[in-house]
Amino acid sequence: MVAQVVTIASGKGGVGKTTSVANIAVALASRSNKVTCIDGDIGLRNLDVVLGLENRIVYDLVDVIEGRCRLHQAMIRDKRLPDLYLIPAAQTRDKTAISPSDMVRLCDELRQDVDWIIIDSPAGIERGFKNAIAAADRVLVMTNPEVSAVRDADRVIGLLDAEEKGPAALIINRLDPAMVKRGDMLSVEDVLDLLAIELVGVIPEDENIIVASNRGQPLALDGKSRAGQAFQNIARRLLGEQVPFMDLEQQSLFQRLLGRK
Amino acid sequence: MVETPSLIQIKGIRDGLLITMDGASWPELVNAFIKNIDERSSFFQGARVVLDVGLNELRVAELSSLRDQLSEHGITLWAILSESPLTETTAQNLGLATRISKPQPIDYKDISESLAEDAAKWVKGPLRSGGHVSFEGNVVVMGDVNPGAEIVAGGSVIVWGRLRGVVHAGAYGNEKAVVCALELIPTQLRIAGEIAVSPKKQGKSQPEVACLKDGQLVAEPWQKMTGR
Repeated sequence: MVAQVVTIASGKGGVGKTTSVANIAVALASRSNKVTCIDGDIGLRNLDVVLGLENRIVYDLVDVIEGRCRLHQAMIRDKRLPDLYLIPAAQTRDKTAISPSDMVRLCDELRQDVDWIIIDSPAGIERGFKNAIAAADRVLVMTNPEVSAVRDADRVIGLLDAEEKGPAALIINRLDPAMVKRGDMLSVEDVLDLLAIELVGVIPEDENIIVASNRGQPLALDGKSRAGQAFQNIARRLLGEQVPFMDLEQQSLFQRLLGRK
Repeated sequence: MVETPSLIQIKGIRDGLLITMDGASWPELVNAFIKNIDERSSFFQGARVVLDVGLNELRVAELSSLRDQLSEHGITLWAILSESPLTETTAQNLGLATRISKPQPIDYKDISESLAEDAAKWVKGPLRSGGHVSFEGNVVVMGDVNPGAEIVAGGSVIVWGRLRGVVHAGAYGNEKAVVCALELIPTQLRIAGEIAVSPKKQGKSQPEVACLKDGQLVAEPWQKMTGR
């Protein structure tokens, strides 16, 4: 096994990086891939909460890097999926606790044991971001269909090119087809028109995401959810399958008739 | 065995430490430098350094790995001085400065005399948010110029793509400079001393040329220009 390292980054905060890392990792693991996700947001860790593993943290990323524990001691196994592991971030430290070369060394050690390493980048373009992309084979840039988020994504894509980490691929999160139709939201085409990179996923706005994140049960485990389906599709695309993009508009009309969002 | 101190020269300057690295291969220089730091770690702790790398041609991987190694030692690398254009470009791509003194005030006459009128800088696009190009002559961008990107040219600017960022043509006062793009919708457009924002456009876009006419910034369809 030689793992692929995938980092999810966005520049802007709050666009859904952590939720996506959790869901994509769950989707990959549910297809019997061995997956480790790493929370790169040292000082503001969240991924453990979204995955529902907060109460099981003993050692964290910084403990591994500073040699207080061995790598596998910091890997928390998911309670639902035996192939899914999390390396949580330290909450009491900050981004300067680790360096880009620490991340490269850690991922190189981990690569032999798993199929996928998914890294959750913090917002911003400073040290935390540089740490998160240092080991990446592939970077997925996340944006919302909002002008400010797209602007930041554009900057991040430029930085990735400069660091020779490109070409990045794009995930658009929280798309509301009804708003797009009314002309109140950027469409997928509008975003692609500006960013001009490959698209790997479009996730529809779905209030169940918030419920799922609060409960620590990623939606990708739920076969009925549209957003969960979209994450499953991203996982399949990462695995090399050709998956057509969902027709969000028709579905939303259909779901509205059913009274379900 | 080469004497390490002769490879690395350290000098205090106003903006931190100036390290001159020359006279050996790049890996040797890096080793010598890191050894030097290890020996005097308290001296280097928290330092801001400028590296003069001479003629060494450095790529992103080499420079970013050195930057990361230095940051592990608590040293901030903020500028690279080099005589190699490749290294300069690399440093700029990584967001490092490539000169340490304030830029000299530019003598416009000098530029117009020294620079042939047809000198142009070729930029492979897209120029994304945060991207910056500045050149004394003309600038040609092959690709889009996105919002948040900036071009400053002494001469004219040609964008083979959509122009949505900020462009300043004729930045040293050349009022004959023009800006043209396949789609001209800049955040802000400046020619010489005039500033304008593009009006809301309706209908199909077409290639346009912006220039100064009687002190006013005007944009005209390319077809009209060529039909004249």
